[in-house]
Amino acid sequence: MSASSPEAAPASGRGLPGWFDPSPVFFGLIALLLAFVVLLPFGWLALFSLTDEKGAFSMENFSELGDPSLFLGPFVTTLGIALGVGVLACGVALPLAWLVSRTNVPFRRTLRGLIMTSFITPPFIGAVAWVLLAAPNSGLINQYYRALTGAGQFDRLVNIFSAEGIVFVMASYAFPYVFVLAANTLDRMPYDLEEASAILGGGRWHTLRRVTFPMVLPALLAGFLIAFLQAMTQFGTPAILALPAGFHVLTTKIWSLFQFPPRTHLAAACAIPMLFVTILLLRGEKFLLGRRGFTMIGGKAGAPQLTNLGLWRWPALTMALLVIVVTVLLPNLILIRASMLRTVSDAWTLDTITWDNVRLVFGLTHTRATLENTLITGVAAATAGTAFSVLVAYLTARRAVPGHRFLAFLATAPAAVPGIVLGVALFIGYTRPPFQLYGTLWILLLAFLTIEMPPAYQQMQAAFRGLNPELEDASRILGAGRLKSLTSIVAPLLKSSVAATWCFVFIGTIRELSATILLTTSNTKLVSVLIYDLNENGELGAIAVLGLVLMAVTAVVVVAANRLANVGQMAPGR
Amino acid sequence: MTSFGTTRRGVLAGVAVFATPRLARAAPAAVSVTPALIAAAVKEGKVAHYTSNDLTLATTLAKRFEAKYPGISVLLERSGAERNYQRVSQEYASNIRAVDVVTSSDLGYLVSWKANGWTAPYVTEEAMRLAPDAREADGFYTKETFSLMVPAYNSQLVKAADAPRAWSDLLDSKWKGKMVKAHPGYSGNIMTGTYIVTQALGWEFYEKLAKQQIMQVQSAVDPSQRVAQGERLVAADGAENAAFRVQKKGGPVTIVYPTEGSPVVPVAAALMAAAPHPNAARLLLHFISSGEGQQILADYGGRSFLPGVAMPEGLRPTEQIKLLHADPAAVALAAEDIRKRYTRAFGV
Repeated sequence: MSASSPEAAPASGRGLPGWFDPSPVFFGLIALLLAFVVLLPFGWLALFSLTDEKGAFSMENFSELGDPSLFLGPFVTTLGIALGVGVLACGVALPLAWLVSRTNVPFRRTLRGLIMTSFITPPFIGAVAWVLLAAPNSGLINQYYRALTGAGQFDRLVNIFSAEGIVFVMASYAFPYVFVLAANTLDRMPYDLEEASAILGGGRWHTLRRVTFPMVLPALLAGFLIAFLQAMTQFGTPAILALPAGFHVLTTKIWSLFQFPPRTHLAAACAIPMLFVTILLLRGEKFLLGRRGFTMIGGKAGAPQLTNLGLWRWPALTMALLVIVVTVLLPNLILIRASMLRTVSDAWTLDTITWDNVRLVFGLTHTRATLENTLITGVAAATAGTAFSVLVAYLTARRAVPGHRFLAFLATAPAAVPGIVLGVALFIGYTRPPFQLYGTLWILLLAFLTIEMPPAYQQMQAAFRGLNPELEDASRILGAGRLKSLTSIVAPLLKSSVAATWCFVFIGTIRELSATILLTTSNTKLVSVLIYDLNENGELGAIAVLGLVLMAVTAVVVVAANRLANVGQMAPGR
Repeated sequence: MTSFGTTRRGVLAGVAVFATPRLARAAPAAVSVTPALIAAAVKEGKVAHYTSNDLTLATTLAKRFEAKYPGISVLLERSGAERNYQRVSQEYASNIRAVDVVTSSDLGYLVSWKANGWTAPYVTEEAMRLAPDAREADGFYTKETFSLMVPAYNSQLVKAADAPRAWSDLLDSKWKGKMVKAHPGYSGNIMTGTYIVTQALGWEFYEKLAKQQIMQVQSAVDPSQRVAQGERLVAADGAENAAFRVQKKGGPVTIVYPTEGSPVVPVAAALMAAAPHPNAARLLLHFISSGEGQQILADYGGRSFLPGVAMPEGLRPTEQIKLLHADPAAVALAAEDIRKRYTRAFGV
């Protein structure tokens, strides 16, 4: 009997009638859900920014923004830092991506793997590691500098408690995002265009500039945007590095407005300008990309040809290794060191090595529960968030529903809201009927979904942009509904992007701190919050232990997720 | 916005009314531990303790309690007193009643909570053995210990002769860029201490101190650690018991008892009226005020109210220190102003 074979199933006429495509209903629901999830906190934000403490309409909050110590100062600092992070992250990531994807630099696979390692370090753990490395007096780098040069007791090479320090640390943990986007794009880029350029007499540099670079541009812009927005909305790193130096960025300022007595309305008003900055950036991206088409996967694709770097391979390798040493090796080594020492300033000898920190961390009443909570919310948010962003990216890329522009806006808009403000919006929205979620993991899941939607969507959208619709069109001409062509044509083609997005979201939740810190209760605590608590307590050794454990767990999950995706890809296609 | 509950100031208007003429509202009779209490506590199985005691001390206390009463686990929420205050206010505003016992180094808000009914009076039989001023008049909290807010310096990098001796010495330009200090918006110890220092020296002291390029950390536990690491030479303030612990671990830290006086920072425990585990909560209060609990606290550098508790070696005896006291209700009234002026002066 052939009735059970998959090919026969549609023809047998069972299930829905052939003319009925459930896609519009399903897609409509998705759009509604997204609108609800995003608009609710935005509604609160708008309402709060335009009202006073008594709930009456007032523009008072916005007029207070003129106060330089309240808003203007931190705002300018924040923009400066975010710009620095965007430029630095792109400046490091693009050459690296090109090296590992398109050249014959030695150990390209290993290099790529190592860069991905830096990606799993939450920035706030990185910030603590860099305090240990580059605090002006006790930092190891400065100690070695003084020992080597004979400089005075208070001379320093680097000071991490500064705006430059913050840019450096944030860029260290933002550049892998840009790198992944750029490298994935370069991987998928067909060789034939570059070959055509070469045949037509274009030199290597000319081809790189006129053919390769324009094709990477969308991914690069998306990467810059992610790095910039991350830097603008991040809380952990500036809280660890800026506050000791005695200055605020916008997120820490907003956070300080929630200290007792909370000034939520003013905080909401402080967040609105961030929203405008983001909208401007998104518009700018669109303007730069213009109407140029960047479809790269057509019906056939040539295998990428590697550029032969000749002897330049070795300097290139050195440069790549240097980036990895600075962003991955040094911070992790210092964390391992600190995890084993009684006091972080001790010398590393057999006498000073201790299990005290490990004992302290695992002696804490919350450690196990926080690790479990972190994993549960992370996996749930990654799975739901990926599914959601694939759908939304598909709907907008293929203009499948009316109002898809609005959908795209909804999916990117949460990026403009600092996690901390979203945290408060969710806190207000979900502490009262009909949605009483505060004190449960659901509110965290919701926060993560909202926060991770923009990067996930950006990534899936970049993937869709590189996918020629002719493939789906073919499937639809042959009678498949949109949903069917999405699942059986698009999804397999984008498998690696989907897996990458899943990992993005999962890691994003591990890295999230700013909303989390307001939404956790003692029973729903996450590791990020526990680490922040430990930092305020000055327990650097315990942070080192917990940070290493968290990163190990993250690494295992990410590797497993990628295995799963690759296994699927390698399965025989028949 | 009002969803975080009544403001501190609003509550204190009420406090002022009934706190000034101390109306005879006698503390409840002291209660002793009974098998019935233990059984009820074990049945509840856990107790949520929000504490401002530092992590190692809080964990040790919890472990010893768990060892004494198997079947009860302590859920520890350790943060600065001010942060815990914020957290409980948030939770209560959203009708979450998670906390059973609060330990705080800022007695000011325990006064507010007495007024708004968030805490309940409870006097343990063990507390009756403490010095009388350890017990709040109506039994709404019992002081666990007291500590001091004190400066400290790195004894390897600073010669004893050059070290600061007074609060005013911290204004010397030779310490510019070389000091670290904790934050009154986070730490109850610093909140209480800042109040006392401003009473003694005025706000000019902090306004001048702010010009010394201070490294600003949060917890009162932290400055002495940074000084031991050599990150800064002098801790402009911090908790005495924390500095003492760093010392005991071999950190090169010397505590300064300023000539103007050392602010006394009592640390008190209170029972929440809506405690979800009321019996386990009571049992924990018994344990804290018992000889065993007091000894643990003292070992970690807390100064006990229980006569006869052995002080750890190396801690300067209380009689040899000039102490400065504060009225908790006054601290509560000043708290908001302190936060504001502090932020204006120090930028964060």
